[in-house]
Amino acid sequence: MAEIRIESVAKTFGTFAAVKGVDFTVDHGSFFVILGPSGCGKTTTLRMIAGLELPTSGRILLDGEDVTALRASARDIAFVFQLFALYPHMNVRQNIGFPLRCQNYKRAEIRKSVEEAARLLRIDHLLDRRVGGLSGGDRQRVALGRAIVRRPKAFLMDEPLGALDSEFRRLMCGELRELHDRIDATSIYITHDQLEAMAMADCIAIMNQGRIEQIGSPQEIYDRPKTMFVADFIGAPPMSFLRVDTALRRGDRVIRIDGAPVEMPELFEDRAESKFALGVRPENVSFADHSQLRGRVIGAEYLGTTQIVTVTTAGGQVKARLPSGHAVQIGETVGLKLRPDRLSLFDAMSGQVLSSALHAGGRGG
Amino acid sequence: MAEVSLVDVSKRFGAVEAVRGLSLSIADGEFVVLLGPTGAGKTTALRLIAGLERPDAGSVLIRGRDVTKDVPAERDVAFVFQQYSLYPHLTVYDNLAFPLRSPARRMDESFIRRRVRQVAELLHIEKKLENRATALSGGEMQRVAIGRALVREPAVYLMDEPLSSLDAKLRAELRLELKRIQRELGTTILYVTHDQIEAMTMADRIGVMSEGVLIQLGTPRDIYERPASAYVASRLGTPAINLIPAELLSSGSLPAQARTVGLRTEHIRIFSTDRPGPRARVHWVEHLGDQNHVHLKLDTHSLVTLADPAQELKAGDQVSLEFIAPLYFDQSGKRIATDGAPA
Repeated sequence: MAEIRIESVAKTFGTFAAVKGVDFTVDHGSFFVILGPSGCGKTTTLRMIAGLELPTSGRILLDGEDVTALRASARDIAFVFQLFALYPHMNVRQNIGFPLRCQNYKRAEIRKSVEEAARLLRIDHLLDRRVGGLSGGDRQRVALGRAIVRRPKAFLMDEPLGALDSEFRRLMCGELRELHDRIDATSIYITHDQLEAMAMADCIAIMNQGRIEQIGSPQEIYDRPKTMFVADFIGAPPMSFLRVDTALRRGDRVIRIDGAPVEMPELFEDRAESKFALGVRPENVSFADHSQLRGRVIGAEYLGTTQIVTVTTAGGQVKARLPSGHAVQIGETVGLKLRPDRLSLFDAMSGQVLSSALHAGGRGG
Repeated sequence: MAEVSLVDVSKRFGAVEAVRGLSLSIADGEFVVLLGPTGAGKTTALRLIAGLERPDAGSVLIRGRDVTKDVPAERDVAFVFQQYSLYPHLTVYDNLAFPLRSPARRMDESFIRRRVRQVAELLHIEKKLENRATALSGGEMQRVAIGRALVREPAVYLMDEPLSSLDAKLRAELRLELKRIQRELGTTILYVTHDQIEAMTMADRIGVMSEGVLIQLGTPRDIYERPASAYVASRLGTPAINLIPAELLSSGSLPAQARTVGLRTEHIRIFSTDRPGPRARVHWVEHLGDQNHVHLKLDTHSLVTLADPAQELKAGDQVSLEFIAPLYFDQSGKRIATDGAPA
């Protein structure tokens, strides 16, 4: 177990600023996920924590000790790479024990550690099998065994499940999280897959263009996105935005979309007339005949339990998640009801959320 | 008339029977998706239609004509591969124009220009026409690859996981666009994927394949609501259908041959109060944002269901369950019809 603290860490490659000053703390025992699109700086951040890159500025502390300048091998950290390569000529026991053999551990010690790791991963019955004949899942477990056998202070994982197909990925997500809990580890996990992040993380940091946009629990980030980037990156389908050109006053509880009044959480700030975006998630949109906010249905995607219905309104496209039993006609005009306490209002120019009863002190942060 | 038909087609590679007795007809303007795990025979089916493989038995018909012995160029098909294979030294325009400039087609340049523009607008890449293909993002490259198929007007477009190399967000966008384009142009598409969301959202009909055999063919709603077997049922739906042994349900309402009960979210009602019926314990609640999954322990079995946002459940809660019109499967895994409709 370990606490990892990142202080104002930046990294520049030539003229390109890959990471532009990030701060965060990963608590003891926490499963921390850095989520973002490709090129956002998440892998560079992880490599600096591992000691594979030297920061241009800033400090990295492992359990309070400054490790910024320490080589990777001097940090008590295990790095699990995207590709789980196993040694095909070795059996499971030899594969898992390999990192310890390299460090000249005693035979008895290796045997004990390998068996313990295998028990944790529930592959102790496979120890003397060749890796060639194993199923995909068991091969991944062997690779994980090789990472945990050293009992490092922290695990760093860079899209370890990226190469797997979707069903199997879901299964491994559950296993990774369970393993993390069982060995009481501190983990930092990198992905561009929001479902992986939501399923596993205690805490998610969303990165964009070298900066952290928001840090919080999965539910916090989903319910109270601080920027339009976060709102748009999380959720499938993502949050819909309705355009509003208006002035706003502290205490407002209603906003007008093309004349139609829409209730929202009480606003905590005054704003001069400008462009704003009212954000609503698909599950907070329902049909209501009497509503003045009207639109035309342009598509319905059947998903089994639910369907996603796309409606164009005067303020833009809105997606609604409705039960599949609800009959919807393409082309019909419908009234829309938005769940008032779940709406976020953004400054459409800066992308920042406005402070409101839902987003108390939402700006900055 | 069907645009494309496979009639009792089989193909074997050494000891592996990749496709076994496959019969499938795709109507003019229809979007058919073949869904199945790796190795199910989906790609082989596609390659048999394209003429990239010769069947060991059976025949392939395109617009009513038997093309089984024709080479790929003689068949009226366009293929989009999983990995975009663009010409890196050419511009987007020239990449799109390439199939039309083939000596076999000999189209005049003014027609080509019109056609390329039209397709570029459809795919929202009209501003990138003068860019080198290598100066594009992944999503744009895949659009160009799809566009290169669309400039032609073949009898059928064959697409082999064209979106799988893209990230989730882009995949969702292109999914919608591809469906829109198909609807607008009335094109005929046979599309292969292992992604159930792609199949559900784009297909007019889904063909579920396993081990070289087409197990069920029907509309997404058909396949989801009336799966032929427990295997098909488990291919669609998030969270996946819960399959539990029938003996856990003591009530006499079960069909006699039922061995397995299939429970999806819409078949499970959870009550926090004590009432007759199966009792379960909330193991944990998984927050996935919009989709919160409740993991229940029923005896030693796990059930996963979508949480109702209005119902506050937490780990350790004791709950009562009611099962509403679940699916029943017999010894062999076949679904037992309970609604009068054929299984």
